[in-house]
Amino acid sequence: MNNIYGYGLPVAASTYASKIDFGIWLIHAAMITIFVLWSIFFAYLLIKYRRRPGVPARREEHSGELASLMPDIVVMLFEIGLIVFYAIPVWGKIKMTLPPARDSVLVNVEAEQFAWNVHYPGPDGKFGATKESLIRFSNPIGLDSSDPAAADDVVVANELHLPVGKPALIHLTSLDVIHDFFVPAFRIKQDIVPGMDIPIWITPTRVGHYELACAQLCGFGHSLMRGDVYVQSQADYDAWLKSRAAAKPKTAPATEGF
Amino acid sequence: MSDAHGAHAHGPTSFWRKYVFSTDHKVIGLQYMITAMVFLMIGFCLMLLMRWQLAWPGAPIPFFGRLFPADLAPNGVMSGEFYNQLGAMHGTIMVFLGIVPFAVGGYGNYVLPLQIGAPDMAFPRLNMASYWLFLVGGVVMLSSFLMPGGAAQSGWTSYPPLAVINPGQTVWLLSMVVIITSSLLGAINFLVTAANMRAPGMTLWRMPVFCWSELVASVLLLLAFPPLEAAAVLELMDRVFHTSFYMPAGLFVLGHPIHVSGGGQPLLWEHLFWFLAHPEVYVLVLPPMGIVAEIIANNTRKPLHGYKTIVWSMIAIGVMSFIVWAHHMFISGMSPALSNFFLVTTMIISVPSVAILTCLIFSLKGGSIRFTTPMLYALAFLPLFGIGGLTGLPLGLTVTDIYLHDTYYVIGHFHFVVVTGSILALLGGTYHWFPKWFGRKMNDTLGKIHFWGSVICMIGVFAPMFPMGLAGASRRLYDPTAQVHNLVVQPLNVVSTVFAYGLFLFQLPFIWNFFHSMFRGEKAEENPWQATTLEWACPSPPPHGNFEKTPHVRRGPYEYSAPGRKTDYWPQGDPA
Repeated sequence: MNNIYGYGLPVAASTYASKIDFGIWLIHAAMITIFVLWSIFFAYLLIKYRRRPGVPARREEHSGELASLMPDIVVMLFEIGLIVFYAIPVWGKIKMTLPPARDSVLVNVEAEQFAWNVHYPGPDGKFGATKESLIRFSNPIGLDSSDPAAADDVVVANELHLPVGKPALIHLTSLDVIHDFFVPAFRIKQDIVPGMDIPIWITPTRVGHYELACAQLCGFGHSLMRGDVYVQSQADYDAWLKSRAAAKPKTAPATEGF
Repeated sequence: MSDAHGAHAHGPTSFWRKYVFSTDHKVIGLQYMITAMVFLMIGFCLMLLMRWQLAWPGAPIPFFGRLFPADLAPNGVMSGEFYNQLGAMHGTIMVFLGIVPFAVGGYGNYVLPLQIGAPDMAFPRLNMASYWLFLVGGVVMLSSFLMPGGAAQSGWTSYPPLAVINPGQTVWLLSMVVIITSSLLGAINFLVTAANMRAPGMTLWRMPVFCWSELVASVLLLLAFPPLEAAAVLELMDRVFHTSFYMPAGLFVLGHPIHVSGGGQPLLWEHLFWFLAHPEVYVLVLPPMGIVAEIIANNTRKPLHGYKTIVWSMIAIGVMSFIVWAHHMFISGMSPALSNFFLVTTMIISVPSVAILTCLIFSLKGGSIRFTTPMLYALAFLPLFGIGGLTGLPLGLTVTDIYLHDTYYVIGHFHFVVVTGSILALLGGTYHWFPKWFGRKMNDTLGKIHFWGSVICMIGVFAPMFPMGLAGASRRLYDPTAQVHNLVVQPLNVVSTVFAYGLFLFQLPFIWNFFHSMFRGEKAEENPWQATTLEWACPSPPPHGNFEKTPHVRRGPYEYSAPGRKTDYWPQGDPA
């Protein structure tokens, strides 16, 4: 896991990671160029116009008006280009479109202080019903075991398994406060707001073990709120899901009183 | 109005009325400044504690660790709750009790009436009320450390539901209401003063850039703070009376249901908070830009390049700053379609900012640059604030913000803006106007030591944050080593911390210089910098009522090196 993080950006492990990286490096190249050119000009002015005996200041009368507009024009053109050809189209792809649910791996992630509850529909592809009144320590998402669809559901803590090359459609909810779903290698970051159900999507491109971390201050244990992301081949993923669905302990019947 | 105030001769004579409960704008200005410097120092010390934990997580804090109660720092090791308290209070203190009161309450109060030729502020008693409310709000804010459960620990942004369920936030909200009220009183006062109390001949287009910057900042405070005040009262209601303005139904905290009626929306708070907090950024930045403009004009011995461009850009920034707030919320869960609008407004607001910086640099052209201590600060402001501005670009762009949001990149960005930008300019302003305030000069050698030490250390503290952010290190982590992807860049946290302690050491010559020069410094005459603006036309320090007789303004603010004159400066009030 260590060799994918270092100085610079982490390994790019999702389909849109390279698009985001392109923007980051392009802007940094532009920023550094602007700053270097500008610093040279600045140093030149400081040396050339330092106070020297017998050389008075010259009031420039209407000189260089156009030249002083140049930085603004350059910056403006660069920004218009970024907005029109990069930010709006790429943002639309990442945040404003979702893959169709039937072609995707469906996952619900429910965040709480300070853990990630990851809920898979299991081999039947249907999420079991969840009820607030059933939430307790042993059943953090309140899965209703009387629902037949819940029988093969898989609920794991702090582990997210995804098959490589297939879009994952993840619905994010929170039990208590605002959290943030951040997987640096996927370049995905999304606040999870209590009371809202926020969908995101990822298509992992690289088998491996990555880190999921909370990126929004959520209380005293915020820095401990992390999880592991395992991107596996489809076969490995299916085997894992099946073994978890079979190994699942039968949850207590819903009729159990408080 | 100015005539009704009458002669300057009869100021108050008792110690209490003259130096403590004073209505004189100069005394209030200095009270604001010195109080704000104390708060800046306190906020800085909180950060020094946090930096220890960030560099060496879990190591006991040396010397001071044992002084804290066991629930905050068991065996001298900082707890997660304590870390979050320090973080929330650092941000709050630096912004609301440090820089804003320093730049607006302090410089605005002292310098603005003098620069427009007024005998005092329009409403002297309101002015006094504003200072004392600020002090009360600040003391209440600090006292929250002593409350059961400690101080606020939900970030300076106070996002619900965390801020509603966490301890400490009630006192924070009460204090914020008091501080905001103080700011509103001040803002009204500045606007009325600049509108009504200008000396004869001081047209708007003859006002120094600094006055314009204070004017725009006051409009921002006046219009942006009321929504936050209302929002803070609502959050207070959520905490104290269990209303649900920001609380959705069905929440479970650590396994227990919390019973609220529901129907609230945390995003509402985020919108109201950032509707203030973004204009607030410009309140932090515009007056320092004004200070830099004054110092540059004075030390290049020539008029500013593009005076009107600078002023119009400031006004444009002021207007635009009200419609960029949600660029803090690209990944907050608000509609992604909305983000495109705020992306465009954010890029638009960078245009006037670049224009101001360009004008300030072009002002150097053709000059006869004196490298005085204040000028060093003003010059350092230009490239360092430039770094702050440039690094805002990938954060203001929706796509790249997905990755960089809430990482150390953000921390690096805004600290370059407010520390190597605002604070550097405010310190430069202190060296520039000190002779006017106390009739004595500050020591130049100590000033230069302070300058070089501070600038190098500031860069050392904040520059490592950019590579950390690019590597994906999140902000607000009590233990950065708990997350695997942070481990590689952890040495940069150590670098940052070492420079932070260096920065502290280099403030000591300043503190000594400030208080020693106040009483023992070399005597300064009326106009030691040979400046043109009106504050240099009255005695140093100015008496009660400021001007011996009402000045008549005959020309623009920066008539340096005018052709055909013996001296290279032509004060605004000099007869033709």
